[in-house]
Amino acid sequence: MADPMRIRAQLAGDKANVRVLMAHEMESGQRKDSAGKLVPAWYINEVTATLNGKVVMTAEWGPSVSKNPFLQFTIKGAKAGDKVGVSWKDTKGESRADEATVS
Amino acid sequence: MQTRREALKHSAIVAGLLASTGLFPQFAIAAVDKSAFQAKSVADVLKALGAGAPVESKDVTVGGPDIAENGAVVPITASTTLAGVKQILVLVEKNPAALVALFNVTDSVEANFATRTKMGQSSDVYAVAVMADGKAFFAKKEVKVTLGGCGG
Repeated sequence: MADPMRIRAQLAGDKANVRVLMAHEMESGQRKDSAGKLVPAWYINEVTATLNGKVVMTAEWGPSVSKNPFLQFTIKGAKAGDKVGVSWKDTKGESRADEATVS
Repeated sequence: MQTRREALKHSAIVAGLLASTGLFPQFAIAAVDKSAFQAKSVADVLKALGAGAPVESKDVTVGGPDIAENGAVVPITASTTLAGVKQILVLVEKNPAALVALFNVTDSVEANFATRTKMGQSSDVYAVAVMADGKAFFAKKEVKVTLGGCGG
């Protein structure tokens, strides 16, 4: 299981500013190892964000998102105490889901 | 013999053809997304997504450093004030595959995203807003990279 994400959801008015830091290698498939062989691509290609269980945003990523990806977005109509969930899936089929509370 | 690159190119073309025939509606969506991430140029990406020719717009903004010291971590923001946005794309023109990230926007989120991207070399960075009716608007910004982030 991959390392947990760090999610922070800060309330500003009726909007929640969500910042997510994921722990992932994001191997592009372009890099070569010390033996000169290509390192196979391994990256997060699907990200989903929810507010109280309802999907508010989905994203598809390519291999050129940085290692340990950072993502920031704003959810409208959020209240203190709402649950913001973020989940991702990578090209090896591994996934991770974490939750944070809007404050 | 077919190289991997050629095989990928062919599969993208085949996927595009399948999608354009509309014979496999449920399959077509997945195929389109895949070929978009393999497309090499900004125009190809939009074609693969079925969006129209992009028009430069001041209602779309792309943010990033003028000079990125480390191409492995380049902070990029993409946003728009236009209403009725379906997708926001972030593209780096000179990367091996131009499309970096695609955000599907709903009514519950603002069309304003920030992430970090890898850049192999100095290049134009694009933010493209694809509207619900298929129109595309873009903004671009040149980011100079002193140390590439894609090679070994």
